[in-house]
Amino acid sequence: MDKVILARDLSLSYSNNETIINQANFSINSGSFIFITGASGSGKSTLLKSLYGALKPKQGSLIVGGVELKGVSSTKLNFLRRHIGIVFQDYKLVKEWNIEKNIMLPLIINGYEKNITKNQVDSLLKHVRLKHQSGKYPLELSGGEQQRVAMARALAHNPIMILADEPTGNLDDYSSQLIWNLLEGANTQLKTTVIVVTHHIPETMNIEYKHFHIEYGNIHEVS
Amino acid sequence: MKSVRNHLSLVIALFSILFSLQVFIVVDRSISAYKENLAHSYSIIIVSQKRLDNETILGMNKMISTVSELTPDKIIQKLNDGMESKNVELLKLTLPKFYKLNLSHYPAPSEIKKLTKSLLENTSVIKVEDFSSSHDTTYKLLLLFKNVIFVFSIVIFSVTTLLIFKELRIWQFKHSERMSIMALFGAPIWLRSAVLFRLAIVDALISSLLAFIVFEYISSNVWILEQFTTIGISVILFDPVDDGLKLLGVAMALSIILASLIVLGHKEEV
Repeated sequence: MDKVILARDLSLSYSNNETIINQANFSINSGSFIFITGASGSGKSTLLKSLYGALKPKQGSLIVGGVELKGVSSTKLNFLRRHIGIVFQDYKLVKEWNIEKNIMLPLIINGYEKNITKNQVDSLLKHVRLKHQSGKYPLELSGGEQQRVAMARALAHNPIMILADEPTGNLDDYSSQLIWNLLEGANTQLKTTVIVVTHHIPETMNIEYKHFHIEYGNIHEVS
Repeated sequence: MKSVRNHLSLVIALFSILFSLQVFIVVDRSISAYKENLAHSYSIIIVSQKRLDNETILGMNKMISTVSELTPDKIIQKLNDGMESKNVELLKLTLPKFYKLNLSHYPAPSEIKKLTKSLLENTSVIKVEDFSSSHDTTYKLLLLFKNVIFVFSIVIFSVTTLLIFKELRIWQFKHSERMSIMALFGAPIWLRSAVLFRLAIVDALISSLLAFIVFEYISSNVWILEQFTTIGISVILFDPVDDGLKLLGVAMALSIILASLIVLGHKEEV
């Protein structure tokens, strides 16, 4: 199987130089479903940030989708990000755009044609059960609904990989289940690699997955 | 309503800059026109021991545009009673020659000094009357007026520049979230900043249009035109093509610089 992520002696730190991830070695196969767990402040979100290039490796090597992220140029990073879908705990929706336009964002960036964009957004709104709210703005929706919009946005451009940072952290059971179903669906039906940072792995997961645990800056695979 | 308010703050700042710029242009034009008027009515008199031809006088200084000889006939006519014609002719020959010099432009006091000096270099010229005291008063008044308007424009420009920088910080705050989110999905810099540049260009167009309307009105206002006629000058207050394009260019340049500063100052969230 192709390796979509390959980390060798990867160390990560912020500007204060405190090492968050220390000389990690791991690889992730294309099409796999990965959970990353760990205590608060252990470096789960930091690791995820490094996967979409928001934090560059301090030492070692990190290759994502064939792109070496150490010293990556902005052009290459943009190219990589156009093939990734990201779901954030705080949703990161553009407040001044309605939810249709928010979902459209990766399609616009990837240069999709208008009619394809429209059809794709309609279909995703049905999937996340928000078709009746399409003209609304993010702040008019509940937290669960906003996260469903963010989920639809992450799926819109059929990315090779979805990165989700505690996607169900603050959500009600209904929205949480819907998010897990969508992530499972993307992985099983579209063969999208899914990497989820979370405190708890849901018991209802019906698919095979890998589990990495972070402790004191070290990453271990849990069998 | 919120969107109108968002536009209004930059539009007002840009409009103030355009307004002060156009006022300065109009004042500059008016002063030039006034100086031209003064140049026509201002002249220098020189007294020469012997007759000088026009070419010699014109060659003394480049500022001299026309020369005319002042004939002493009228004065001699007054003294004529009881004089023999032979004596009158003799008097005519012994009297010095008077010349009136018109200049190409209204000179600065230093230029008058130089001109006087160059005229006196000719040994035949015995006296130069430059009416410097009345000239100096008029010239200093003009200079004072121009400087006051210049200072006034600088003050408006500085205040509005500060307003624009305040607006820049608001825009930076407002647009940085959207730009960061777009960056997370791989949008190139031109796409991330497209909304910002569109807003900046729209605001520049609105403020230029506003300035265009205001100055079109002013330039056709009877009361204002009468004021210019009273002081005896005729100037173009607002040229829809030349001045309109100038104002549009300034507004565009300022708003694009503003948007570029925001884009350059934007830092991606980590």
